[in-house]
Amino acid sequence: MDDELVLAGEKLGSRLILGTGGAPSMQVVDEVVGASGTALCTVSMRRVDPTTTGSVLDILGRHGVRVLPNTAGCRTAREAVLTAQLARDALETNWVKLEVVADDDTLLPDAVELLDAAERLVADGFQVFPYTNDDPILARRLQRVGCVAVMPLGAPIGSGLGILNPHNIELIVAEAEVPVVLDAGVGTASDVALAMELGCDAVLLASAVTRAQEPAMMAAAMSAAVTSGRLARRAGRIPRREHARASSPTTGMAVL
Amino acid sequence: MRVTVNGEPREFDEGATLAEVVAAHLPTDKGVAAAIDGEVAPRGTWPTVALRDGQTIELLTAVQGG
Repeated sequence: MDDELVLAGEKLGSRLILGTGGAPSMQVVDEVVGASGTALCTVSMRRVDPTTTGSVLDILGRHGVRVLPNTAGCRTAREAVLTAQLARDALETNWVKLEVVADDDTLLPDAVELLDAAERLVADGFQVFPYTNDDPILARRLQRVGCVAVMPLGAPIGSGLGILNPHNIELIVAEAEVPVVLDAGVGTASDVALAMELGCDAVLLASAVTRAQEPAMMAAAMSAAVTSGRLARRAGRIPRREHARASSPTTGMAVL
Repeated sequence: MRVTVNGEPREFDEGATLAEVVAAHLPTDKGVAAAIDGEVAPRGTWPTVALRDGQTIELLTAVQGG
């Protein structure tokens, strides 16, 4: 069954994209990357600390996982564009998860800065994966400026609240001409399955795995949920009904 | 001359290159990117970029992140 995810023209062997943030140690990163079966992981760009040993890049390299640098922490289009350019120079990839958030309490995307940054990065040759609000109109605008995917949030980053507006996610999926990646807000496996059942092409999550009590076990759960949700979407669910409908035969009943 | 590297003041000889500053600060330049005064300094230019007094240098690399 050929059902591979294609992002920016590249085939990926998993529909689960894993953020590496929040893990208590490099060992946990190693374990969750392996258990998740992911083919794409996000990293952040930060000041070099000469005293640290071991690099997240080494772990991802060992697992054969592609790297998706993000612009986490950026508040303006200018900061995000510069961070993406630095990531491209350091990591030799023109893929970028574009994050431009408004404040620390909500970590919600700043739509105006996000769209501005997306337009500038596309013009500079980047493959732009924007982390965006669950706003169908903003998703449409991001596609129009040339983003290769749209990544609406289910709920605020790290909140674990799940998918707060499934209707909007369905609207985004319905008109999307690029892959839709549910990004942020996932708390547990049922949230991932729902995202895929709503028609998302992939799910990106970090905290739900890296901060779980058993991170590697949760990574395996998320992997299974992506697969089962995707299969359920393709299989076509039964319509919801107001009243019951017997599945046993209603004819041939004995008179007792 | 005095430049600021990742927020810390550092002394270098006049005309020191960005490559020399990176080598003095880090054991390896693998996976590292540099910005000078808020502009990207592409890796290929490091050996030829002569720094000036008062400049601000940021050296970044990939770390764990969502």
